[in-house]
Amino acid sequence: MSAPTTAPRPTGTAGGATARRRRRGPRTWLAALPLLTFTGLCFGLPLGAIAFGAVTRTDPTTGATAVTGEHLARSLQGPYLGSLVGSVQLSALTAFLGGLLGVLIAQALVTSRSTALRGAALTASGVLANFGGVPLAFAFIATAGISGVLTQLADLTDLGWNLYSFTGLTVVYLYFLTPLMVLVIVPALDGLRPQWREAARNNGATGRQFWRHVGLPVLAPSLLGGFVLLFGTAFAAHATAAALVGGSVPLVTLKIADALSGNVLTGQENVALALGLDMILIAGLVMAVYLPLQRRSARWLR
Amino acid sequence: MAAMTPIRRSRPRPRVWRGAVLALAGAYFLLPLLASFVFTVHVPGQGVSFAAYTELLGAEGFTESLLLSLGLAAATIALSLLLAVPALVAVRLGAPRLAAVVEVMCMLPLVVPPIALVTGITTVLRWGPEHLSRTPLYQTFLAVQDEDFPVVLVLAYTVLALPFVHRSLDAGLRAVDVPTLVEAARSCGASWPHVVLRVLIPNLRASLAGAAFLTLALVLGEFTIASLLGFRPFAVWIVSISGAQARMSVAVSILSLLITWLLLLLLSRAGTTPTTVSPAPATSRKES
Repeated sequence: MSAPTTAPRPTGTAGGATARRRRRGPRTWLAALPLLTFTGLCFGLPLGAIAFGAVTRTDPTTGATAVTGEHLARSLQGPYLGSLVGSVQLSALTAFLGGLLGVLIAQALVTSRSTALRGAALTASGVLANFGGVPLAFAFIATAGISGVLTQLADLTDLGWNLYSFTGLTVVYLYFLTPLMVLVIVPALDGLRPQWREAARNNGATGRQFWRHVGLPVLAPSLLGGFVLLFGTAFAAHATAAALVGGSVPLVTLKIADALSGNVLTGQENVALALGLDMILIAGLVMAVYLPLQRRSARWLR
Repeated sequence: MAAMTPIRRSRPRPRVWRGAVLALAGAYFLLPLLASFVFTVHVPGQGVSFAAYTELLGAEGFTESLLLSLGLAAATIALSLLLAVPALVAVRLGAPRLAAVVEVMCMLPLVVPPIALVTGITTVLRWGPEHLSRTPLYQTFLAVQDEDFPVVLVLAYTVLALPFVHRSLDAGLRAVDVPTLVEAARSCGASWPHVVLRVLIPNLRASLAGAAFLTLALVLGEFTIASLLGFRPFAVWIVSISGAQARMSVAVSILSLLITWLLLLLLSRAGTTPTTVSPAPATSRKES
């Protein structure tokens, strides 16, 4: 996080906390209570509704509710399974490419001597990483859509280019994933002390040996953490794809939106809930990998 | 630290790859912006025209949707800060076990994609007419879904914003010795509201601004939840006009990027003026 400063962290927490804890115990709970109540209600309730709806079935005539695995099973079959697989494929590909490009750009920035360039690039990354969603989709439609500027100039359609496809979506997703990777990985690259490289060189190591035995092992948690974060971001993204491709690329977020908003068969809502549950499980898995990795990488990056 | 570092110059090898990487990246990231701008001002066969921008203010639904989004953003910022600041300050003052609970509660929304959250919200909202139509709670369900100011969106956005608000505030609070400050102020006879408003808040200015900015950006750009619940804030409006007025929808997209950029610059200015560490906004942004 704050790499070069002398860390002020331990002073505040460790020294005085023991003496004070006695008096303020009960009041502390009260101040945190609104937050806990709010998350319990506004987050816990929808979450419970997803879990409940995904595994139960209410008979429309009798009103009786019974537990069933039918919705979850349907969410893992046919077009729904296809959309899950499509989402995972797109997320994995874009996370890999975005991670790779992000590391290259970040390394170029870190080794560059121009602080102005570095500052500008990091600010730009901060903005671009947030430039997902609807505006990004329209920027790309204007650039490389059917009547887009670049499409017209370079005759991209004749070259087989189609923005409203898996490839097109990949190019668009990289636009916000790559800056995200730059933001995540620059502190890690900064944490690679020049002294380590010098020490390695003094011991006769080549550049390749340095990266293999020092650089990459230190960076590994950050790299993997960045990849996983990008995967999760791409996996959860809906607005960009919704504004761009509509239904031509099978993505789980688009399928859920269809099932929720379309006038489709009854019971479809429960499949949407089951798909939502599938997504939460995958995203939860992703975060379960990411958070410990981030903690591990923080060890080196004081 | 910097003083200890010996001369950093490595072999005077020309770093061609660095220039190439940065140039390619610059081209990729600038091209859509430039092309979008050309798209909005150049009408094939008619030449250059700024109509897409000038007609914006008069466009149907533009002001309403923008005002709705800004109102939702203000309410979301207020609610998330009102919930998070007392809780996080309390955590700093008291039990560490509570800190873990609060952190988990704030970070959990990261695990739930907005589209999954909205499936849950629609289900809960359907309970209103189905089960509660005889009870006073039904009125609450209706009020929450008011077309003019959908409170349900504020609640959903606050949930989505909590991870970022928590991260930003936590980074700010790390730089401040809260127990000592509070102790000192209390010994001088300050009341609790005084301690929070005149002692803690000024010290947290940068991270509060960071949290507010992130929330604003999140709410202004949010599309999924609003569109699936059937409301029409800014992002939904852009999509709804894109069919008939493609030029204008692209123009609005460019403007929204510029506004975000401007806010970010203001924020990084604001972040450097107080004596606290500046990385707070930069780290807090990494996950949005």
